[in-house]
Amino acid sequence: MSVLVDENTKLIVQGITGKEGSFHALGCKAYGTKVVGGVTPGKEGQEMEGIPVFNTVKRAVDATGANATMIFVPPPFAADAIFEAVEAGIALVVCITEGIPVFDMIKIKNYMKGKKSRLIGPNCPGIITPGKAKIGIMPGHIHIPGPVGVVSRSGTLTYEVVGQLTTLKIGQSTCIGIGGDPVNGTNFIDAIELFNADPQTKAICMIGEIGGSAEEEAAAYIKAKVKKPVIGFIAGQTAPPGRRMGHAGAIISGGQGTASEKMKVMAECGIAVCKSPADLGDTIKKAL
Amino acid sequence: MKIHEYQAKEILRKFGVPTPKGRAITSVDDVKSVVDELGSLPVVVKAQIHAGGRGKAGGVKVVKSLEEAQTYAKKLLGSTLVTHQTGPEGRVVHTLLIEEGMKIVKELYVGIVVDRGSSRSCFMVSEEGGMEIEEVAAHTPEKIMKQWIDPAIGLMPSQAREMAFFLNVPSEAFKETADFIMKLYKAFEAKDCAMAEINPLVITADNRVLALDCKMAFDDNALFRQKDVVAYRDLNEEAELEIEASKHSLNYIKLDGNIGCMVNGAGLAMATMDIIKLSGGEPANFLDVGGGASEEQIENAFRIILADKSVKCIFINIFGGILRCDRLANGVVNAARKINVEIPVVIRMEGTNVDEGKRILRESGFNFLVASGMRDGAEKAVTALNAASAKV
Repeated sequence: MSVLVDENTKLIVQGITGKEGSFHALGCKAYGTKVVGGVTPGKEGQEMEGIPVFNTVKRAVDATGANATMIFVPPPFAADAIFEAVEAGIALVVCITEGIPVFDMIKIKNYMKGKKSRLIGPNCPGIITPGKAKIGIMPGHIHIPGPVGVVSRSGTLTYEVVGQLTTLKIGQSTCIGIGGDPVNGTNFIDAIELFNADPQTKAICMIGEIGGSAEEEAAAYIKAKVKKPVIGFIAGQTAPPGRRMGHAGAIISGGQGTASEKMKVMAECGIAVCKSPADLGDTIKKAL
Repeated sequence: MKIHEYQAKEILRKFGVPTPKGRAITSVDDVKSVVDELGSLPVVVKAQIHAGGRGKAGGVKVVKSLEEAQTYAKKLLGSTLVTHQTGPEGRVVHTLLIEEGMKIVKELYVGIVVDRGSSRSCFMVSEEGGMEIEEVAAHTPEKIMKQWIDPAIGLMPSQAREMAFFLNVPSEAFKETADFIMKLYKAFEAKDCAMAEINPLVITADNRVLALDCKMAFDDNALFRQKDVVAYRDLNEEAELEIEASKHSLNYIKLDGNIGCMVNGAGLAMATMDIIKLSGGEPANFLDVGGGASEEQIENAFRIILADKSVKCIFINIFGGILRCDRLANGVVNAARKINVEIPVVIRMEGTNVDEGKRILRESGFNFLVASGMRDGAEKAVTALNAASAKV
């Protein structure tokens, strides 16, 4: 088992003829993901290295039976791309695009209430089930299949943890990058709920960062509902207040969203919190 | 992105939100014309910097004569204002806003932020105008009313009325207050604000409802469609190296330490700062070179880190995904050839093409310290730093 993506995932790529879109469509295909099509308005009939291109998501779904999409559409048009995918009934929408205006995301999130589609991202590395399929931009070769579910707001910091685990020969069930934006689709609680229900996942690693209160809310959920061991880390312990640390969501404002507060709440809820990111692999090993 | 008070008030006026009469000036010579325009005394002289706490720091003054206004303007322009938000280095005052004085009968707080928890915009209003809202929220949360806005229909007039009732405004000013709140929301949404704060909103003796102060911050992601907001950018308010970094699409924030950091990805960059601190060092900066950095960007990143004279050691921490380690290594080697790097450089690389990257570093002829893992890298950096300072 694993969560959300596996060998049955049929992926299309929105923005497949762009530089990033084509590069990562091929990267996912090379990893073993079934990449069944792509979407670029006005380019239907073309092929990108053997992958058929369609004018609309609906047409791509009708022709290929796709159940997942990966979005590389530029920020001004990304909200519309998400909308189009949801309207076409795609179950899993993974938006890699970085820099979408927050008001666009507020509207999309509101629109998606009650819809069957799940959104991952935006501004995220995507999702990977090692050995089965990847939808995203992460380096596939650092992952191996195994018992740890990883959920993270950060891209490269997730690779860091996965790298540590793989070095210790501990594999991952699924790794989900939920993205660094203040308004996103799948959040920590959603991902943790999935891992909690997944028999393959024996331990959960959550990588948070400064800003907002998603980690605190997830900690309360874990305390109430999760019996599996959870290991956590918060990036930005040394970040100054009021400065946006790269990610739009990573900002300490009005004294809220500090790393120390998050770490305190997480520890109180029974999460093994690592002060140092270098300790994550070993701490997870102990927990298993 | 932040803007000045006088700029925020220009935006408010475009949306019909009432503000005091006034004008911004950059020279003492212009004080007289503004005071003449306003036509009555006293007037208020306000220093324009991107930080709060100006009043307590002496940056805002009510003056009763033209001479007093000129004396005060002369003293403020070009001076450095230190408030509890500027840090000890303070900010140089380049612009003053001169506004009409008025009889105030009530000071209120009105603010809007994007509330991440609910993924909606959220209004906050309170009768405790002039206080910091964080303080009010911490000690007397019952004095704040919140109203969340449904993104599909926007702020509804009944919500604005409810807030105006909560604010206990005189009945003569009730309609104007509710109207003020409606128009403020229009400005907030139309301009892609991340935050808009009117503190205080005042009711005057003649029942005018005015934005006496205004702070606005904008969603950086939306600036592509807010050209007039971008035009308000004031480079005087930004650190020189941060401006330089933004030209090369590098995300750089200067900090107070002496170990320069170059990392790919914001989360890993923060974690790198953290591990330096845990290893007994102090990071000199946050620097995210991004996912697909070119050799040229790596070189520029190097240059920017080194331009900070307090940097005594560099720690490069890269987990190659899209950014391949060989490309990073070439960038570092080329930069080191062009720039005379005299301080220790610790490099930790992992991920795509790591062996090729390590080979390039080894054969470069430079004495890079290659680390295995983040902790090893941070510790090597701290050790190298201590050895270097022991030599001096």
